[in-house]
Amino acid sequence: MTEPVAADSAPAARAMAPRTFGPLTRTDFVRYQGASGDMQPLHHDEQFARAAGYPAPLAIGMLNAGLLATWATDWLGAENVRMFRVRFCEQAWPGDVVTCTGTVVREYEDSDGLAMIDIELTCTREGGGVAARGWASFVR
Amino acid sequence: MVDHSALGVHGETFEMRIEQGKIREFAAATQSRNPAYWDNPAPVVPATFLTTQMFWEDWSGPGANPWHLVAMDQQRGMHAEQEFIFHGPPPRAGAVLAAGSRIEDIRVKEGRRGGTLTFATMVTEFRDETGRLVAEARMTGVETERVPNRAES
Repeated sequence: MTEPVAADSAPAARAMAPRTFGPLTRTDFVRYQGASGDMQPLHHDEQFARAAGYPAPLAIGMLNAGLLATWATDWLGAENVRMFRVRFCEQAWPGDVVTCTGTVVREYEDSDGLAMIDIELTCTREGGGVAARGWASFVR
Repeated sequence: MVDHSALGVHGETFEMRIEQGKIREFAAATQSRNPAYWDNPAPVVPATFLTTQMFWEDWSGPGANPWHLVAMDQQRGMHAEQEFIFHGPPPRAGAVLAAGSRIEDIRVKEGRRGGTLTFATMVTEFRDETGRLVAEARMTGVETERVPNRAES
């Protein structure tokens, strides 16, 4: 049986090429902080960060979360996202180059019969470890 | 030091207007050129956009944000996890949402390297003009017993 499908519900590709962001600059942090409303000075104020014992302003975890979301919504559709969760791991720093990747972990029908796809996401620092892990669900 | 009496506290309901320019600003800041945000006059919000609830909470007054009552230490506290749930397509520019936050959970765990970790989770519900629950945000912070080792990485 063939059912009419909207353009948005075309089958999702099984994989998406990784995307690299950066080097992430303090300007990138400031732009994100201004957009988000989180003006925590640790992420842009050199004197404040040093007084708190850090060698430099820290990268802002929610920017890495946003980059993961950018990558995932380019893959599976901005309007299709139904859940997006991120866990912050290793501290990231100005100058970091980060790579966003992800894999399909499950394809299923939800309780309303909607075709769904679950993915796992990783934001990795070049030359370092995992800055953030993510989990997301999209309508296919 | 986390104040466990914050558990269960509800903040006052606050209004959050979803705006096209703010969506574009956020898309630019998260390096997205997705046409869903840039070409649609009524774009959906990016997946982590509802974090901008911070502006609307602040503007509506001190009673909207119960996270302050958790009193997580500025030196030993950090953002551990963040989740957004959408009950249908994400809200679009033009939507006027009614949002309310509550402290849902405060729990203590033993850390792997010794010392206790105190986790706190704030849930925010976003409802549309008809009262339908359209989205939820769950923010989890963690406070360590000692200041984390900053020499790492």
